Amino acid sequence: MKVGALKEIKSGEARVSLTPDSAAQLQKLGHECFVQSGAGVAAGFNDATYEGAGVTVVADAQALVDAVDIVIKVREPEEAEVTRLRAGQTLISFFWPAQNEAMLEAAKDTGATVIAMDMVPRISRAQKMDALSSMANIAGYRAVIEAGNNFGRFFTGQVTAAGKIPPARVLIVGAGVAGLAAIGTSTSLGAITMAFDVRPEVSEQIESMGAEFVFLEFDEPAQDGAATGGYAAPSSPEFREKQLAKFRELAPTTDIVITTALIPGRPAPKLWTEDMVKMMKPGSVIIDLAAEKGGNCDLTVMDERVVTENGVIIVGYTDFPSRMATQSSTLYATNIRHMLTDLTPEKDGVVNHNMEDDVIRGATVTHAGEITFPPPPPKVAAIAAKPKEKVKELTPEEKRANEVAAFKAQTKQQVTLIAVAAVLLLAVGLVAPASFMQHFIVFVLSVFIGFQVIWNVAHSLHTPLMAVTNAISSIVILGALIQIGSSSLLITVLAAAGIFMASINIFGGFLVTRRMLAMFQKS
Amino acid sequence: MEYGFTIATYVVAAVLFILSLGGLSGQESAKRAVWYGIAGMAIAIIGTLIGPGQGLWMASLVLIALGAAVGYQLATKVQMTQMPELVAIMHSLVGLAAVIVGFNADIMINAISAIYSANELIFGAVGADGYTAIGLPKEINDGLSSFGQLIAKKSSVEITILRVELVLGIWIGAVTFTGSVIAYGKLAGKVDTGAKQLPGGHLLNAAAAAGSLLLMFAYLGGMGSWTLVLLTLLALFIGYHLIMGIGGADMPVVVSMLNSYSGWAAAAIGFSLGNDLLIVVGALVGSSGAILSYIMCKAMNRSFVSVILGGFGGAAKGDQMAVEGEQVAIDAGGVASALNEADSIVIVPGYGMAVAQAQQTVAELTRKLRAQGKEVRFAIHPVAGRLPGHMNVLLAEAKVPYDIVLEMDEINDDLSSTDVVIVIGSNDIVNPAAQDDPNSPIAGMPVLEVWKAKQVFVSKRGQGTGYSGIENPLFYKDNTRMFYGDAKASFDSLLPMID
Repeated sequence: MKVGALKEIKSGEARVSLTPDSAAQLQKLGHECFVQSGAGVAAGFNDATYEGAGVTVVADAQALVDAVDIVIKVREPEEAEVTRLRAGQTLISFFWPAQNEAMLEAAKDTGATVIAMDMVPRISRAQKMDALSSMANIAGYRAVIEAGNNFGRFFTGQVTAAGKIPPARVLIVGAGVAGLAAIGTSTSLGAITMAFDVRPEVSEQIESMGAEFVFLEFDEPAQDGAATGGYAAPSSPEFREKQLAKFRELAPTTDIVITTALIPGRPAPKLWTEDMVKMMKPGSVIIDLAAEKGGNCDLTVMDERVVTENGVIIVGYTDFPSRMATQSSTLYATNIRHMLTDLTPEKDGVVNHNMEDDVIRGATVTHAGEITFPPPPPKVAAIAAKPKEKVKELTPEEKRANEVAAFKAQTKQQVTLIAVAAVLLLAVGLVAPASFMQHFIVFVLSVFIGFQVIWNVAHSLHTPLMAVTNAISSIVILGALIQIGSSSLLITVLAAAGIFMASINIFGGFLVTRRMLAMFQKS
Repeated sequence: MEYGFTIATYVVAAVLFILSLGGLSGQESAKRAVWYGIAGMAIAIIGTLIGPGQGLWMASLVLIALGAAVGYQLATKVQMTQMPELVAIMHSLVGLAAVIVGFNADIMINAISAIYSANELIFGAVGADGYTAIGLPKEINDGLSSFGQLIAKKSSVEITILRVELVLGIWIGAVTFTGSVIAYGKLAGKVDTGAKQLPGGHLLNAAAAAGSLLLMFAYLGGMGSWTLVLLTLLALFIGYHLIMGIGGADMPVVVSMLNSYSGWAAAAIGFSLGNDLLIVVGALVGSSGAILSYIMCKAMNRSFVSVILGGFGGAAKGDQMAVEGEQVAIDAGGVASALNEADSIVIVPGYGMAVAQAQQTVAELTRKLRAQGKEVRFAIHPVAGRLPGHMNVLLAEAKVPYDIVLEMDEINDDLSSTDVVIVIGSNDIVNPAAQDDPNSPIAGMPVLEVWKAKQVFVSKRGQGTGYSGIENPLFYKDNTRMFYGDAKASFDSLLPMID
């Protein structure tokens, strides 16, 4: 099949959906690659590099769309791009079908298949094509860099000859992919990083990245991230109040705030209010990654950097991935490449659009002249996170009571056991002659000793134990030895056989035990 | 007591045997403990040879020497991976010896009884005190062997007890014999390892056991020795059928159970011969095997009865949880880079490692990783392998130091802070379904919680479910990668990549 990457038409968009590297991989799948002239220039890939990788460079968009079977791009398509599509063609790009219904209709009418990269289900198998995550990762990193660019001090604390520098204090709100990436970048720059999220199960992830989890005392059934595909859900007003109170407490001491809180299909929650901004020190920086959805901060202006009266800088850029076009193009192109790998299971360059496949079905929004959005829920649940049940701490009295009860139960059990055994023993003694009882005492005592001794045997020595017991159970040889001198020939022969077999066992058992034990060595 | 000296040697031997078992509590003291056992056995045999066993002692010595030669061959030739087979086949010898000794006792009883009637005396008649047997006139008694004399002086009650004891000895011995032979066959792969039973199942066993009981009463009622022969045949059948019905994964329990039986057989024979040393040792061995069986059952969270009465793969209690996700494969390069980056590594070996003979390669890998200052440990589940402690012996053979080989309880808490866990040829013992899925056949069985580690590599031959046929959700987890292939070949290819 022929795969062609369009040049982005939205101004300021520097990314490209095909890189020379990903083209080489696609060719291995049997595909032929095309690129619109100049598509990769802003991301650092010029036409010559593409040609060097065996990619055909096509002069304009119309010619490219006409030439290929699969069109790939980054941003959601615009009217002009959609109308160029023809029936049977496939478009792979971001699409935002829920917010973009008109475009969805238009795409359906062309009869083309559209695969929306933003609709890839969040299951482990599909992580390699989860473009939202790879873009969010870049946004998180870039947000910290952007903050550093606007922040007039070091991130890390230092004690120098010229004086002591306190470390920057960074608060990250929302620990999704972007939030975690920001935490990682911020901690590795040396800042004291705190992070907040409404989903308590991410506290482990936050701490693993080196940040401190801002803990909120609140009695509400914990949100189950698995129910919403790993995203946060709206929280109750009481919870929100509690949360804001916590932020007010932190605001005066925080130098940099990075907010990444988004709820799918809703405007971004307002978490950083105007009064918090006023509490912050002059020169502090707020990076609002939710600016596109209205921003988490009251004062955010989309796509702009504003400075408040008290000198706080609020950055509302929405194009962080595009600001790192080379990196984001590489990752996005890899996501696209993985999607095409799944679409070409035979690696023969023939696309098999398998609507039974969870991932392909989920991402496909139009197919064969029909709208296939929204998809049915995937068969595989997103995250199997169980809310941790707290083990109740026992008070010392309860512990003591438990111990006493356990001791009593044990005593009761032991006494019963002893009583039963004693009665049985006495019953035997009533009928059996003394000569038998003498042996019987020996037997019972030996069983007793055996139980006491064997419990202490190390687990690792169980095999040698079996070999030793095997060897010594050949003590039946004594019986055969006593019998062999009998006057009866039959007895003698049988006893001889018994001696022979038992002695095999004695020697074999002991020797093999010695062999095994000699192997056990300490380091 | 004519043989005071012999009894004295028995006391010494019994003490030595107890010390010998007690010494197995630690690896170092165990090396000494074996010598106690050997000394005890030597003293007991010498004491018997110069005491009641002096008839034909030359022949006895020759036979012992022959047995020694065979035993030596067996012990030095055996591969450590074949240890379960060896132990099983040796149990069968003890069982058979017990059967023989039991039959001899019966023959002797008949012979003595014949002597009594030839002299027109009543065997087992008691004297004026109503208690002590009258016995034979001195001149006839002196003509008997020491074993004959022992029986000749018994009263009728004592003779009945003697018969009960020898029936027990023969019965247990016979079950042990065929049971061990089948266990050997299953372990050595000569008999199909699946749980197979004749039509009728356990009813057949119950019928055979009931038949044995009837025959025992018939024998005690003086019906003659043929009842004993028939009883032995039934016992042989029970041993065969019981073990045939137990699946390969339950072998650790079976082997330790047979170990226990061989001890009880020895004790029963000891009663019938009036030999205290046999009783002591039999009881020691019997309780040892019983404890081992108990530990094994506990480690599988199953009752002893359920192991004996049916193997795995029986009807599950309800629908098992469906396993979701896919098994992701990885090649040696991926495993090597993860190992090179890891600081703490835990290796979980299972029967698959023994089958592939991969222990040397695994040990070599351990040495390389340890040389780089990484923390490498082994986690051993109590039922890993086909014999209690099987894995420990294999690792020891490959010169893995025993202080890095840990038990399940010692290491389970550390697994969550471990970077890489490598599972080699084990399945059920690392199955999270035991904890998560109440309908799983192994629900409640204590398992190694390897899935808590940062990364898990599972070395496995293919995608099958293994011995027990239970699906393992571990293989589908996000942090699990499947390292397919024969364990030895896989690790051989991995070894050069560790730097």
